[in-house]
Order: sequence, then C-alpha cells, then structure tokens
Amino acid sequence: MELLKKVEATKEAKPVANKIKLGHVHLSGCTGCLVSVADNYQGFLKILDDYADLVYGLTLTDVRHIPEMDVAIVEGSVCIQDRESVEDIKETRKKSRIVVALGSCASYGNITRFSRGGQHNQPQHESYLPIGDLIDVDVYIPGCPPSPELIRNVAVMAYLLLEGNEEQKALAGRYLKPLMDLAKRGTTGCFCDLMNDVINQGLCIGCGICAASCPVRAITHEFGKPQGDLNLCIKCGSCYGACPRSFFNSDVISEFEAISEIIAGALKEGEKDD
Amino acid sequence: MIEDPYLGKYLTCVSARSTDKEILKKAQDGGIATTLMVYALEQGIIDGAIVAGKGDLPWKPRPFVAMSREDILKAQRAKYNISPQISWLKEATRSFGLDKVGITGVCCQMQAVRKAQLYPINMRDVPGKIAFTVGLFCMVNFPYDSIQALVEDHANQSLSSVKKMEFGKGKFFVHTERGNVTTVPLKETHKYEQPGCHVCLDYVSNLADISTGSVGSPDGWSTVFIRTKVGNEIWSKAVAEGLFETKPIEEVKPGLGLVMKLAKEKIDKNRKTLEERRNFGVNKALRDPYA
Repeated sequence: MELLKKVEATKEAKPVANKIKLGHVHLSGCTGCLVSVADNYQGFLKILDDYADLVYGLTLTDVRHIPEMDVAIVEGSVCIQDRESVEDIKETRKKSRIVVALGSCASYGNITRFSRGGQHNQPQHESYLPIGDLIDVDVYIPGCPPSPELIRNVAVMAYLLLEGNEEQKALAGRYLKPLMDLAKRGTTGCFCDLMNDVINQGLCIGCGICAASCPVRAITHEFGKPQGDLNLCIKCGSCYGACPRSFFNSDVISEFEAISEIIAGALKEGEKDD
Repeated sequence: MIEDPYLGKYLTCVSARSTDKEILKKAQDGGIATTLMVYALEQGIIDGAIVAGKGDLPWKPRPFVAMSREDILKAQRAKYNISPQISWLKEATRSFGLDKVGITGVCCQMQAVRKAQLYPINMRDVPGKIAFTVGLFCMVNFPYDSIQALVEDHANQSLSSVKKMEFGKGKFFVHTERGNVTTVPLKETHKYEQPGCHVCLDYVSNLADISTGSVGSPDGWSTVFIRTKVGNEIWSKAVAEGLFETKPIEEVKPGLGLVMKLAKEKIDKNRKTLEERRNFGVNKALRDPYA
C-alpha cells in the first residue's frame, strides 16, 4: 500500500499534452553520441519531463520495434551487410516526421568509413554507410561526438518547430535551416570540404575555428590558411560545419544573445513547479 | 538598444582612452582592448584570454592563451596580418582548463565565436565558457607575406625595425623604432589583401560584447561600442573604477559619422562583390556563405 502510494506520487502531476514523441535509433557507432545526449544532465531530463516522450531508445526504453514518432534521432552508420540495420533505418524513415542524423557517423560515415571488416564475430561486415545513403535525412548534427549543447539547441528548436507559436516556428525554422541544408548537401564530410568550398572559393579568413573543431588535431595553419593532414582526417565534417564561411545565417547568429536566453529559458521553465 | 544596418546592435557608443600609463605607452590607440582584458582577468570575469601575441618572425602574430597581465600586454598593437586565434577556442578550455574564456579578435573571428555558441559543432563545453569578447574594427586583413611586401618593398623598411603600423587617413603608415615614418598610399595596398575579407559584411565587430577601434575618435583615443549585457556590465564597472576617460561620441571629432561612412563603404562594396561572385567567370558562380 505504501509502495503504491509512492508510485502514484512519482507520476506526473500535470501530464503535458503536447509533448513530442522522440526516438533514439542506434546503429553502428561508438555510443559517444548517446553519451553526449546524456551529458546534458538536467537539461536532458528537463526535455524528457516537459517536451518529449522517449518512445524508443536502446538503453532507456523497453520497446523492441520502431514505433511512430515525431523526431527520430539516429546515431551511427548502417552496415549494409546487416539486414536488420538496413530494415531499421528504412522503418525509421517510414515512421518518423523528422529524421535527425546525430553525429558524424550517421551524417558522413566518419570513422566507420575506414572499416575493412574482419571483426570478430562478423568478419564480413565491412561496408558502413551514412544513413543519408539509404534514406532522406532532414537534419544533420555533425560532430564526433556532437556537443551536448548542439543536441540541446536542436532538440529545443525541433520542439518549437512542431509545437511552438507562429513566431517560435519561424525562428526554429531559420535556426534549423543550415543543418537541413547540410543534410541536403551530401553524405561525405572531410577536410577537403574546406579546401574545395572555402579556400578554393576565396572565402577563408584564417580565423582558426576549423582547427579548434577538429577532434583529431589534423588541422594546422600554413600561411594563415588551414592545412589538413589527410592521413589523420576521420571524415567527420566538423571543420566544414564550424566554419563561418560554410554557412552564416546572420539573421539567426546575430541574435545569439536572445536565442541563448530562449534556450536557457526553455530548459528552466516550470522548474519552480517541481 | 540601437540597431543600425551598418554598425550593428549596440547599447551605447563612446570615445574613450585607458588611464593605465603602461598600457597607453604601447597602445595602438586608446588601449581599450588591453585594459578591458586585463581588468576582466584581474576581476575573475575571465580565467585567461586568447590574444594575438608575438610570433617567431617580426610582426607575425602567434595566437596564444594569455593568463597574466604581462601576457596580455605582449599582445598589444595591431599586426594587420592573419592570426588564427580561434584555433585555441576549445584548447583553452582543455589544456589550459579555463572555465571563463576571454577572446579578442577581428569581426570574422567574432562571427566564428558566435556561430560556435549557437551551432557548437564539435565544441563540447565551449559555448558556456565564452565569458567575454572584445572585437576590433577591421576593414581588411593581409597574409603575412603581404605585410612583408608592403613594409619591405613598398615602404622600404625592415620589418624588425618597425615600431608601429597603422592604416588611416588614406594611407598605410610604417613607424620605425628610430622615428622614421613612411607612408604607402592605400591604393597600392589593395591588391595584397586577403580575398576572404572581400565578402565580409561587418566593419565594427557587430557580434562582440564590446567593440573598439580608432576610427571616429581623435588620435590616441578609441571609439567604443558596448553591445551586450555582458559587455555593458563589464564596461560600467571598469569606468566606475576609473580605468577609462570617456567622452560622449557626439562631442568628439571626427565622430560616429566617419565610422558609419567607412562601415557603409566596406559593407556596400562587399555586398557588390558577393553579387559579382554569382556571375564570376563564364557564368560560373562562387559560393555565398550568407545565403
């Protein structure tokens, strides 16, 4: 009886009607992206409390089959020798309104591009493709692993896009657009993108953020311009994503102060009710 | 909050000069950026600052993380050539363990920092640690070899003898340690500019917490834009503590009009460049990063 009361007491006092359904689909990767999601700590709990129901997730929910959801966050690349992975990603597309490639393996193949098979106990598993090679993807969150803050920002903006008022929808749309454009741009990411689309286009200003964003320190600066060690590059696409000359939506970035406040507010809102 | 298409958003704009004699002695103009960073460091607002310090060649900047007043003072004066400062953004929070990072830089570097704040791609734990940014006015930047060509070939001075370089009044000034001043007309410097600067749509570091530069203020003074809440708080405290002499921008010559004129010139010209890029060559368009 005591226990029942306790269980009753932990249930949500006010169920939030307009929560979105969120799923985390885990394919071939190192689980670093999941760790990044979890590294939002209270922010992540806040998102699950007020904004989203986690309806699918390898480690957190006991659901065997991919359900209908608003936002599917996909981590890892698809091993095309593994029938189940291929089916999973196709089903994910079918059942989700928005598919988000979480991290560089899902977006660009990343380190899994370097797989040559030969792994115990599935030596024939050798071809790993970013999910965009199999299905249409709506949003990329590049990074190896993606930063908790970017995941948080995209989560809040995706919520506003689906459930916000008109003004919030417009802001969320503008915020997400460059990440949607990255998803349209292609399924390979590499230091070469900086060479082809920034330096060769006469756009590089030698600010150095590419080197700061490189997880394997493959980028140095020669003559003030980035120089990539292609033997070190893991093809995560972070340098290109971070470059202010890959995309710079002034109308959003100039509002950095207000938007940071909105996001912080969204994650604090209702805390006093607890 | 004032919003201007050329000067960006700002709360106030003043003309100011540092009261710190040591800083003023070696300052490019009013010593604003140096004084602010030293103040922020001493007040614990930042744990360290990413600045453009002395490199291995004369006047070649080396980005580094300054952790003391002495370190920050070493970074004084404009070098007018590329310093990939933001390459230390994440490293400052890692190897240096800074929880509150200060950053000085030019307009495009502020763009990189703010983009990293809103779109922190592979910037784990960085956005929340950007504590204070001071932006510098910037018309254009040069590769190091360009500066070498301008100083050594055009101005006929050895780079190692140079005390101060300065762009202004339609000329490039090279001051040597022995007191010689050589000038190069601006039109001769244009071809040496970094091409990436020709699409930049910012002159006065619109995205910094505080931005500063000589234009608009009398010699030895700087124009200062206070742009964000963070910037305003730090500026108000620093002024209250007597770190700066200030004058209303309306009362100084040449004043905000000149800043606006130059900002308009740069931005309009670069907008045109962006348009021209769409029809570059045989209808072969070039990328527009702002699209």
